[in-house]
Amino acid sequence: MSTDTETQEGTQSDEWFASAKKIYPMATHGLFRRIKWTLLFITLGIYYFLPFIRFDRGPNAPDQAVLVDMVHKRAYFFFIEIWPQEVYYLTGLLILAAVALFLMNAVAGRIWCGYLCPQTVWTDMFLWIERKVEGDRRDRINLDKEPWTFGKVRKRVTKHFFWLMIAWWTGGAWVLYFNDAPTLVWQLLTFQAPLVAYVWIAILTATTYLLAGFMREQVCIYMCPWPRIQAALTDEKALNVTYRWDRGEPRGSLKQNKKLIEQGLPAGDCVDCYQCFQVCPTGVDIRKGMQLDCIQCGLCIDACDNIMTKVGKPTGLIAYDTDENIQRRIEGKEPVYEIVRPRTVIYAALIVLVSAIMMFALLTRDFADISVLHDRNPVFVEQSDGTVRNGYTVRLSNKRQHPRSFMLNIEGMPPNTRMEAVGVETTFAGRPIIEVGPDTTREVRILVTSPPWEQMSASTPVTFRITDSVMGEVVTAKDNFKAPEKP
Amino acid sequence: MADTHDKEIDRISGVETTGHEWDGLKELNNPLPRWWLYSFYACIVWAVIYWVLYPSWPLISSYTTGVLGANQRTEATAAFAEGVAGRSEFADKIIAASLEDISSDQELQQFAQANGQAAFGDNCAPCHGSGATGAEGYPNLQDDTWLWGGTLEDIHTTLLYGIRSDHEDARIGEMPAFGRDELLTRREIAEVANFVASRAGFETEDGIDLAAGRVLYEDNCAACHGDNLEGIQDVGAPSLMSANYLYGNSLDDIKAQIHAPRNGVMPAWVDRLDPATIKSLTVYVHSFGGGQ
Repeated sequence: MSTDTETQEGTQSDEWFASAKKIYPMATHGLFRRIKWTLLFITLGIYYFLPFIRFDRGPNAPDQAVLVDMVHKRAYFFFIEIWPQEVYYLTGLLILAAVALFLMNAVAGRIWCGYLCPQTVWTDMFLWIERKVEGDRRDRINLDKEPWTFGKVRKRVTKHFFWLMIAWWTGGAWVLYFNDAPTLVWQLLTFQAPLVAYVWIAILTATTYLLAGFMREQVCIYMCPWPRIQAALTDEKALNVTYRWDRGEPRGSLKQNKKLIEQGLPAGDCVDCYQCFQVCPTGVDIRKGMQLDCIQCGLCIDACDNIMTKVGKPTGLIAYDTDENIQRRIEGKEPVYEIVRPRTVIYAALIVLVSAIMMFALLTRDFADISVLHDRNPVFVEQSDGTVRNGYTVRLSNKRQHPRSFMLNIEGMPPNTRMEAVGVETTFAGRPIIEVGPDTTREVRILVTSPPWEQMSASTPVTFRITDSVMGEVVTAKDNFKAPEKP
Repeated sequence: MADTHDKEIDRISGVETTGHEWDGLKELNNPLPRWWLYSFYACIVWAVIYWVLYPSWPLISSYTTGVLGANQRTEATAAFAEGVAGRSEFADKIIAASLEDISSDQELQQFAQANGQAAFGDNCAPCHGSGATGAEGYPNLQDDTWLWGGTLEDIHTTLLYGIRSDHEDARIGEMPAFGRDELLTRREIAEVANFVASRAGFETEDGIDLAAGRVLYEDNCAACHGDNLEGIQDVGAPSLMSANYLYGNSLDDIKAQIHAPRNGVMPAWVDRLDPATIKSLTVYVHSFGGGQ
């Protein structure tokens, strides 16, 4: 049933697909390149050396400043210690991170993407190695076309060796956050580290090597959701890496534009040298306008400024600018830069608010905790003398680094109520004194016996109160005392 | 078998078709993808290796066991032994310590609680209930009424040898069948039952001579249940002043018990559970709150 029409359609559909073109970013130098190197050193410096910073927490706790201790279920960040039930602090941090990202975007577009994102930082480093080993853009394009000579093999092996070394150290530094760093480094050097450490290093070596060595801009263009979200959040007042087409067009070579000017025709400043395109790490031609693929790293600004200086024209043909200003210049108005506007104020206010809430929660949090679980079976026990007994499982948490003792009291019961803590012999005025070790929890069975059941209602709200015998800290938990229904 | 018919070649893809056609759509006869084919071969090789190493083929009355000798029973046995070994550190301490020491030591107490809870669910809950509240005829272990004593020692002894069990060290106490063996008349049983109920604070019948009941009680019951109905734990005679009667608090229940008593049996566990588990159970049951 094939006809000529179908054949045509078939051949046409082949053209919808084009495989990704390999990108060979060229080296450049200038202000934004220097900013990028600086931020690379700072961010990677933090990543690699943070686990080695020590922070004294006393004898019963690790002295690593930043540590996630999976085995003992504790996370440490300098003076903060987080228990598993306090992971909501992490939620707060994530909210802060998201709003900070929005604020960055409202002020200056994708500065996260261009300067701070791990994908950018590691790719930058991998590119630097590639450039040192195989040469700049032109050399690399030629090397790819060359047959496999000894020289090519040597270059390739060298490059991949250094890539893998960086990748390995990336995973190596990651596991340091989950163990005592100096100990683990020694164990890794002597091949005595736990298996899970090697597994994680292997995983992160593989992902770093693949993402920064091979996938690079594909991660930004196809895998990352942020470009899509960013595109929806940006506005005409946000600073973005912008080609000022009002000044640059019509583009043309120096000679060509000279002729145009001689003929009295308009000519732009863009000399159509393609430098901005060749330095771009994601292979974007910025002159086509703002686009999803552009991570706004500013390298094209550096490249263009260098060319503009050489041809004796003012710099800034490509620069951080806003959509609005291009329009204003065309209309002959002065450009305006509104960093402070409702959107940035709201984001900033949100950051301050969330930070304040987190700070408040952190400063006022309890260093002791009590949770009470009423026995389910039996709910109550009738004694031979008519009294009623309820059993509770009480869990006390001591979040301090020294042992503490708590006096347990129950409120809301009639005066002649008896309380007993199974296995606890120390009491003060009939109230058990319960010892809890440093940075740990203790579960105690509490038996409460009421006066005869006729005096009790079916359910009496009670409050369990623990008081630190030394520091006086008080924490309470609510529950009920159950008795038989009266006929 | 040589395929002689002419292959139709699809004009767009240049691939031959299978000749099957549905509503103008024809199926291309592409070869299997290589990755799929090699995965398939690898699976076949894997299957053969598996047959050799592991139990796989059913025979008439048995099966091929595989050269590794691996099966789920040996795995389960090994896992069980591992579990026992893992607990041995604490189990040994439990065996060495006295019951009082286990109760007061935080670590041993927690281990005994966990161990006792598991053992209770497996062995005791069928009669005493999962919440240890018992049922009619099966004592409530939560309350403060103890037939044979509620101290750690007493509970331990009961657990080891049982009550009225076939173990030679079992404690035995048997209440005579006053009605069935015609030691008391029906009227006398009613009188003594009403006397006991009146003292325990339960409802009584009208028109019964409680004074006669009292005399009957002193003659027949006081030897075991005590002059003041307080019971004697050494012989397992319960207090009759308690609000928690094992076989029921109604007059009919009391009369039935005097007529032909039910004497419940608790099995001996000394030969069925290891010493550490029995000690853990003792501490666990004692910690319910009724322990003395």
